[in-house]
Amino acid sequence: MTAGLLQAPAAPVATATGSVHSWDISTGVDGPGTRFVVFTAGCPLRCAYCHNPDTWSGRTGQRMSAADVLDLAGRYRRFIGAAGGGLTVSGGEPLLQPAFTRALLAGAKDLGLHTALDTSGYLGARADDALLDATDLVLLDIKSFDPAIARRVTGRGIAPTLAFARRLAARRQPVWVRFVLVPGWTDDPGNVAALARFTASLGNVERVDVLPFHQLGAAKYARLRLDYPCAGVTPPTGEQVGRARAAFTAAGLHAI
Amino acid sequence: MDPVRADLGGVAADPWQGFTGGCWPDRIDVRDFIQSNVTPYTGDAAFLAGPTERTRALWSRLIAMFAEERSRGIYDVDARTPASITSHAPGYIDRERELITGLQTDAPLRRAIMPNGGLRMVENGLAAYGYQLDPAVREVFTRYRKTHNDGVFDAYPADVLAARRAHVITGLPDAYGRGRIIGDYRRVPLYGVGRLIAAKRAEKAALDARPSTAEVIRDREELAEQIRALGELAEMAASYGHDVTRPAATAREAIQWLYLAYLAAVKEQNGAAMSLGRTSTFLDVYLERDLRAGRLTEIEAQELIDDFIIKLRIVRFLRTPEYDQLFSGDPTWVTETIGGIGRDGRPLVTRTSFRYLQTLYNLGPAPEPNLTVLWSPALPDGFKRFCAQVSIDTSSIQYESDDLLRARWGDDTAIACCVSAMEVGKQMQFFGARVNLAKTLLYAINGGRDENSGAQVGPALPPLTGDVLDYAEVTARFDTMMDWLAKTYVDALNVIHYMHDKYAYERLEMALHDYGVLRTMACGIAGLSVAADSLAAIRYATVRPVRDEDGLIVDYVTEGEFPAYGNDDDRADEIAVWLVRTFMDKVRRRQTYRGALHTQSVLTITSNVVYGKHTGSTPDGRRSGEPFAPGANPMNGRDRHGLVAAALSVAKLPYSHAEDGISLTESITPAALGRTREERVGNLVGILDGYVTCGGYHMNVNVLDRATLLDAMDHPERYPQLTIRVSGYAVNFVRLTREQQLDVVNRTFHESV
Repeated sequence: MTAGLLQAPAAPVATATGSVHSWDISTGVDGPGTRFVVFTAGCPLRCAYCHNPDTWSGRTGQRMSAADVLDLAGRYRRFIGAAGGGLTVSGGEPLLQPAFTRALLAGAKDLGLHTALDTSGYLGARADDALLDATDLVLLDIKSFDPAIARRVTGRGIAPTLAFARRLAARRQPVWVRFVLVPGWTDDPGNVAALARFTASLGNVERVDVLPFHQLGAAKYARLRLDYPCAGVTPPTGEQVGRARAAFTAAGLHAI
Repeated sequence: MDPVRADLGGVAADPWQGFTGGCWPDRIDVRDFIQSNVTPYTGDAAFLAGPTERTRALWSRLIAMFAEERSRGIYDVDARTPASITSHAPGYIDRERELITGLQTDAPLRRAIMPNGGLRMVENGLAAYGYQLDPAVREVFTRYRKTHNDGVFDAYPADVLAARRAHVITGLPDAYGRGRIIGDYRRVPLYGVGRLIAAKRAEKAALDARPSTAEVIRDREELAEQIRALGELAEMAASYGHDVTRPAATAREAIQWLYLAYLAAVKEQNGAAMSLGRTSTFLDVYLERDLRAGRLTEIEAQELIDDFIIKLRIVRFLRTPEYDQLFSGDPTWVTETIGGIGRDGRPLVTRTSFRYLQTLYNLGPAPEPNLTVLWSPALPDGFKRFCAQVSIDTSSIQYESDDLLRARWGDDTAIACCVSAMEVGKQMQFFGARVNLAKTLLYAINGGRDENSGAQVGPALPPLTGDVLDYAEVTARFDTMMDWLAKTYVDALNVIHYMHDKYAYERLEMALHDYGVLRTMACGIAGLSVAADSLAAIRYATVRPVRDEDGLIVDYVTEGEFPAYGNDDDRADEIAVWLVRTFMDKVRRRQTYRGALHTQSVLTITSNVVYGKHTGSTPDGRRSGEPFAPGANPMNGRDRHGLVAAALSVAKLPYSHAEDGISLTESITPAALGRTREERVGNLVGILDGYVTCGGYHMNVNVLDRATLLDAMDHPERYPQLTIRVSGYAVNFVRLTREQQLDVVNRTFHESV
């Protein structure tokens, strides 16, 4: 009894609540295998190429307790157990709601699920060690290495993300880096090469996903009556994607 | 030579040399032979061989003919000779090059007429393609010889005719062969026809002691017909130079004998589904023996299988364009069941299981034979990964739960048609097509009147008067309407199968069954998701009926949100479960012809388009005439939480109340399975493991982009072999009607989020 009290986390699973945009079961997109993915609502960044602008505002989300979300995830435990996979907290930006995210990750671990956190790392400082202890894999979306490009793309700086990346490296936490290749925005060869060098220097990055920009988000901007800065951008060619991938591979990384 | 009396003494010991005994030498028991001799294979696909020059040459000769067949509808037909096992002289594609011989008629792709099922089907089929039936044949089948079709319409009660006309009971095998019977074609190579005839004679002789009741007389006559058919099989085989009275002595003979047995069936019966059974692991025993003895190389083994599969790909029947429209293209359902696990836990996967799948590379993708993998998480990893890879590359495989099938029907079970399981040689089914459950719901609302014609088809109930539909009231009326439907439906099926046994009995297929076969009465339902969502709308939202001037409810205004089947939401899924159970229970209360065991499928084939066309607007918001979802699928676009949630909804439907199978068709874009080929293969294996673990029964897996299909609609010439899985089988996409193509394109494609 006493021991239990001493170990009690700051925010018990049952009581933590958060703003949830939606949930889904997906395969091969948000971490390994088939995963229950919670999309939290609210994001501090306004990435020009974001394909989910409907997750920007925390106010539009549905208020749910972590216990409710975990109940939903628990329904799929049997399937995921057989299929291989786990639970991913994505967004929006999950670290905008660190207590809720921590409760989800810790709760999922209790269910025996592999856990992944999909984050831009901009609010990495808000992830305490308990949260990271409950995370098997971090999907770290590094928008750019060059701070000027990052600011132009996201409206914010990149330093907090890089600091978070270094902290994960120090913890030897497994990381998949994700880099969205947007022609005219993030594809400057110097920027890609610098990001590759930085990523390779970390030592804990298992793979790099070079994700070609696509136009599937355009309809959402129209529906939300938002300006779409990437309206005129053409998705990169296979050759362009191949070049970016090669930059990461040349740095000794496993890029796909 | 009279093949039946052929002397077996000299060769009987030789053909079985090297095989391990068991019970099978003493009685007809193919399962025991497999169990005693199988060499399970747990490795990967690296050993497989590509096509030889010979195979390529043979196949490309046919490919040229396929193009002509596509443009003309049929390549050729013999409009003068009613088909039988021995009606046609031997035919060849390219005699010099063929390793396995035998064609349905005397030339490849030349179709035969089989009037025993129904003359009208034959005449319409011929007329549609510019041919005319030989007047002498017409005279025989109108003046002297009655057909199955004639018999049925002599005995249908008025209720059945009305329900049939209104499309509430549809697709009935009353004008064509019922099919869905799998002869145990493996018996012919293993035992030889001589031994099989002896066994049938013994079965018949055992009936001599029984009093001559109607049942016993029928059984004796059927056995006599079976013996005659086996004799004709031996005669037909002899015309190709093969003595099938004795057991096969080599792998090549085993494949040849087995194929000739199957060929005899498709020479005589134009069944809705003419399935092959479970042959790969059986043949593997022969191939292994020859490989071990150095009589065969891997390349030669694969070549024999490729040649066999080529033959199965060119099975053809003369059908009407309406029939082809109902079933999308020209399917024959040469279903072959591969894989699975034995009762003792050993996998029934062999190298030949791989070789069958390899034909999809060696010959390219194709809808036939309908390759069906019995999936279990316990299958060897190498086989699972190869299946997933082939699915990703060809979209030509379907999967059924070996765990459910083995527990219910044993480990020598094969699939007939799409999802119908039967223990090979011991069980057959009376195919029953399906009833339209969504339309039945509309009948409940309209007091038995048809929403399109206004005709009173079902039992009359007082009109509903309220402004809003009440769930309790509607379900009570639905219950009444389902009682009527079950009664009318089983009535129809009893008439059909009585007449089919009488006028178009499957002599050869039944000769390859044990006496004392288990018969199932395979009922079916269509429109499950429409009916379930409509009831969910009535229960959880507000549904206002819209009446025409005659008081007939012809439309609905649905306000508010309601849960939809296909999102793993129990509120909607429980309604679907209730429907499946309730209708099954009602069917079970009806007496069946020959004491058949009642079963039911949730399967539409591709007739979901046609059913939809004949069904008015429904309370779920579906507009009049719009297609249903296929099989047990959620309605298109209503499954909003991805493939897994949809699959888990379907997995809730109880197999114990749908023992003829529950069909789910999924289309996934390659990207939705992962970013690399390795990853996609691993993830698809995971999805199948997960689905079967959660009680899922069947999954068609398409891995395609919508863009590919759209391009194929505009440029069919670029995609002659594009294959896509539909409900329980596969079709050549470019042979679908435009309407069916659009239905496929409009289905939910699970894409990355």
